[in-house]
Amino acid sequence: MNTLTRENRESDRSQAEQFITPPASVTEIGDGYMLEIEMPGVKKDGLEISVENNELTIIGRRSLPAMEGTLIHRESRPENFRRMFEIDPSIDADKISAKIDQGLVTLTLPKAEHVKPRKIAVS
Amino acid sequence: MKLIRYQAPNSTQWPALDRWSNLRDELNSFFDMPFWSGFGRTDQLFTGWSPALDLYESGDHVVAVVELPGMRKEDIEISLHDGTLTISGERKRESNNGEAAQRTERYVGTFRRSIALPTRVDPSKVTATYQDGILKVTLAKAEEAKPKQIQVS
Repeated sequence: MNTLTRENRESDRSQAEQFITPPASVTEIGDGYMLEIEMPGVKKDGLEISVENNELTIIGRRSLPAMEGTLIHRESRPENFRRMFEIDPSIDADKISAKIDQGLVTLTLPKAEHVKPRKIAVS
Repeated sequence: MKLIRYQAPNSTQWPALDRWSNLRDELNSFFDMPFWSGFGRTDQLFTGWSPALDLYESGDHVVAVVELPGMRKEDIEISLHDGTLTISGERKRESNNGEAAQRTERYVGTFRRSIALPTRVDPSKVTATYQDGILKVTLAKAEEAKPKQIQVS
């Protein structure tokens, strides 16, 4: 019940654009969850966060300044970042907020005010 | 050109359990990636945090670009000794009160990277910027290492 994050990896496969999966951490805070994702080189404008069918998608596109000179050693990856999570029904998707600071995306996912018991009418 | 990867022996500060969950996530994401791409990060599993480093060389400069997301500027240290550039630092765990980690893939703790520079540089002309989680260290080449135009007389 408390798992915010069942990751959704299956839907990744069919798409043409290649992404890399950046490291992420999920922390339970008082009334919700905090999700942190590492996206170095991504600015606010390059960040695309969407919720669709209980699936939270975070895409980070890098805008790296052109470097002068020759690249003589490379460890960084050129692809953009993408991470997908299935969000727990107790989370109020309308109240998810996000910020990015020094390449670290922080999302706050508050739980809904009341997770109301649903009544099912018997006909 | 020599590039030396040096890992400080004290760079593993994770509790054992975190490392197991990290291993699991790492394996999961390994299968998720294109077949060749998982290798870059596997060394990180066993040695702690080894941020990705790119090196550029132009006529006058050598530039090191290091991915260090979510750091504070004051927690990054840069030193130059004997033609070796060392970048080290510590990412601190944020406050822990009333919080419970559900999943931890982000590395917390110290890191150290050393690179033998391809040419001699002028130690007094080193500048660094940290923006969008990327550290850029610009080192001016020493006069004798700069390319020279020789006039034919």
